[in-house]
Amino acid sequence: MSRVATLKINGQDVSGREDETILEVARENGIPIPTLCQIEGLSNVGACRLCLVEVTGISKLLPACTTRVAEGMEVRTESDRLTHYRRMAVEMLFAEGNHICSVCVSNGHCELQGMAVALGIDHIHLPYLAPRRGVDASHERFTFDANRCILCTRCVRVCDEIEGAHTWDVMGRGVGSVVITDLNERWGDSPTCTSCGKCVQTCPTGALFIKGSAVGEMTKRNTFLTYIAQMRGNLK
Amino acid sequence: MTRKTIATVWLDGCSGCHMSFLDIDHRLLDIADMIELVYSPLVDRKDFPESVDITLIEGSVSNQADLDKIRHIRAHTRTLISLGDCAVTGNVPALRNTIGAEPVLQRAYMEPDMLNPQIPTIGVPPLLPVVRAVHTVVRVDVFIPGCPPSADTIFNALSDLLNDRQPSVAGKTRFGA
Repeated sequence: MSRVATLKINGQDVSGREDETILEVARENGIPIPTLCQIEGLSNVGACRLCLVEVTGISKLLPACTTRVAEGMEVRTESDRLTHYRRMAVEMLFAEGNHICSVCVSNGHCELQGMAVALGIDHIHLPYLAPRRGVDASHERFTFDANRCILCTRCVRVCDEIEGAHTWDVMGRGVGSVVITDLNERWGDSPTCTSCGKCVQTCPTGALFIKGSAVGEMTKRNTFLTYIAQMRGNLK
Repeated sequence: MTRKTIATVWLDGCSGCHMSFLDIDHRLLDIADMIELVYSPLVDRKDFPESVDITLIEGSVSNQADLDKIRHIRAHTRTLISLGDCAVTGNVPALRNTIGAEPVLQRAYMEPDMLNPQIPTIGVPPLLPVVRAVHTVVRVDVFIPGCPPSADTIFNALSDLLNDRQPSVAGKTRFGA
């Protein structure tokens, strides 16, 4: 049994178990922190850096999704500095891939697009890299468009942790990273993929979608995650 | 009250933003008394005026003529607005940035079965190797994303500018809207 820690978030006194993260305790108390890679029911990896918070006494910013609460901690979830870095993180995601919202299956339902609105981003300061990335349409029912991938690794985690297939993984490093199926083989030929579609429903953008979806038609349904995680007791 | 001079410019876009501008409908009459439309695809004037208060740019900077135009326009405009995703992000015209201009020309003019296939060079400006958002070429004062931005968004931004307020479209439109 974990002990209870008392701490302050934005000056507000809150408490949480010591095995809980800042993000969990903040949400229990109705304090919003933006996230992209985090999703309830999967493990946390701190990949997107949107949930960065300030903790008194620590000079660097910490991801709320992977930092546990501690007794006496003082956390700030909003500041000019945090907004600056959150915007930068989202702008880098836009600049690093090929996100053409107007022609995307997820237009209007995309978590990246929504995050840009939430952070007041009206243009991208950084130069667009326009990388040459591929599309894998070999699967019978789904398509992977790497141009729209933000490397949140939700697909990797849901496939491994919930479906237990571990078809997806990450290849390469830095800006050259890409999610792959099996050993970078065609998705349609995958002997491990069960075609369950959990990766598609969990993907925050239009990178994974159901074949035949037109612009704006791909809405994701990921409430199953909470349910399955609760049944398994993974969710605290 | 002196009328503000307005220009609208059509670079590499589909004219959808201009259509959305016209979708302001009857409210155009409300702002008609406050503005002088001095240059636009909608009016008959060939040269960009010496000095314009507000210029709305639709479209990305995709060829040499776009580039020359936008530099000239910036020098003769007080408030420059990137109107719509093509101007703000590059959008659909910038889809070619992953492969470059040459394959696009090849596909459009050489691959189809034509009597005399040739890539046009006379009387048309050469394509730039990379399609650019307007703010990567000249300074932009206001950004209005959207494909196209809604008539309400355009009207509100214009109203703000005509009343000397800095327009804020945050939360009212988005990339791809």
